[in-house]
Amino acid sequence: MWKWINSFAKPERAYWLCDVLQNWFAGVAITGLIIGIVWGLGYAPQDYQQGDSFRIIYIHVPSAILAMGAYVAMAIAALVGVVWQWRTAFMFMIAIAPVGAVMTFISLFTGSFWGKPMWGTWWIWDARLTSQLILLFLYLGVISLYTAFEDKQQAGKAAGVMAMVGVINIPIIHFSVEWWNTLHQGATITKIGKPSIAPEMLWPLLICILGFAAFIGWVTIIRMKNEIIMRDLHRPWVAQRFGGAETGVAEAVANVDGQP
Amino acid sequence: MVALQSVFLKDVALAYRQRAELMQPLMFFVLVITLFPLAIGPSPETLQRIGGGVIWVAAILSLLLGMERMFRDDFADGSLEQYMLSPTPLYLIVVVKVLTHWLMHIVPLFLISPLLALFLNLTFDMYVALMLTLLLGTPLISFIGGIGVALTVGLHRGGVLLALLLIPIFIPLLIFATSAIESASMLLPYHAQLAIIAALLLFSVALSPMAIAYSLKVSQN
Repeated sequence: MWKWINSFAKPERAYWLCDVLQNWFAGVAITGLIIGIVWGLGYAPQDYQQGDSFRIIYIHVPSAILAMGAYVAMAIAALVGVVWQWRTAFMFMIAIAPVGAVMTFISLFTGSFWGKPMWGTWWIWDARLTSQLILLFLYLGVISLYTAFEDKQQAGKAAGVMAMVGVINIPIIHFSVEWWNTLHQGATITKIGKPSIAPEMLWPLLICILGFAAFIGWVTIIRMKNEIIMRDLHRPWVAQRFGGAETGVAEAVANVDGQP
Repeated sequence: MVALQSVFLKDVALAYRQRAELMQPLMFFVLVITLFPLAIGPSPETLQRIGGGVIWVAAILSLLLGMERMFRDDFADGSLEQYMLSPTPLYLIVVVKVLTHWLMHIVPLFLISPLLALFLNLTFDMYVALMLTLLLGTPLISFIGGIGVALTVGLHRGGVLLALLLIPIFIPLLIFATSAIESASMLLPYHAQLAIIAALLLFSVALSPMAIAYSLKVSQN
């Protein structure tokens, strides 16, 4: 079992695994997002207080939850990379980092759009908003540290250390911000107490979360495949996989350029 | 032990001989604080209300300026490689270097803050709270900052990147420190905040030298 897991430290095995998983993730992502969003936006009942504008929850909550989830996944990959010296773990780490950063941005953006009709303001220094903003900064720190290095192996290790420092800090930041916010509470707008959600609203939300998770996985897999090919462009297995040394390299480059 | 002592003495001597460079972050600190009354207005009540926060923000920014010196010269002249090759664990050398850096670069800032407390019209209780939070918080900044410095030491222009990496991590410290000062201004007890900062400090003293040592190895490649 251990040996089997360890075999994915090799880029060609990891590439194979990506190939196998890609379509499954794509299928779950597309069906989950279509069902969840259509159900949530079209058929779920209106909220008695917020009317239709609560429906932004079907984008906001999945992206907020999975922004955190993606960070933890990134930090676990960093730990695996640092402890067991897996090259592919760092590739995964850097593949998921921008995806997570975009998710964090989406959650902040939709939250701001939700806050305008509900709280009457685009931004308040609410505890959750603030810690989400700091999460975005942590993501950007990891990404910019990674891009600052020329040698990508070194870059992976350095960004990995930063990701792990960040993941230790996330709970500390979260609780400190919550504490800070309760101290300053007097001036802020009272938040609408979160009502326990009705099952007709909950089901599409859960499906949306599943769809978002699969979507993140899907995009990460595509990015990871690119990363593997880019790093191993001159290895024989890439040439073999894409047929012939010369055409293999050319095709691989085209493949990398073709995909976003 | 001898090795650690000589690392300490070497760093002290180097810092002492580059006194002018030691002064720069300090002057930056004073200048930033001078800007606030000019920008916000000289009313003593306003200054008292924002004073603790202003001093802390200025302290973090100016410490970031001097932070790079922690490992930069050792990296450039190859001493760092010798530390790694030496039989003394890198972990201990890192602890000594971080503490020396704290002593030489941060204690001056600490000593000048009474003057700044006067500028910003802090009460005596706030002043005591400020000194206590600085005493506990600045070593924390040094230890956590050391990780960032060790990661960016090999890069050509690591300065801004260092700030980008570290500022989000210092946010909890800033929150607890300023809230201690705020409690002090209302004559409330602030042991809880101090205890949390002390806990964070102990946690970082235990763990960050490992991270620094690993990051130095990564940077040295």
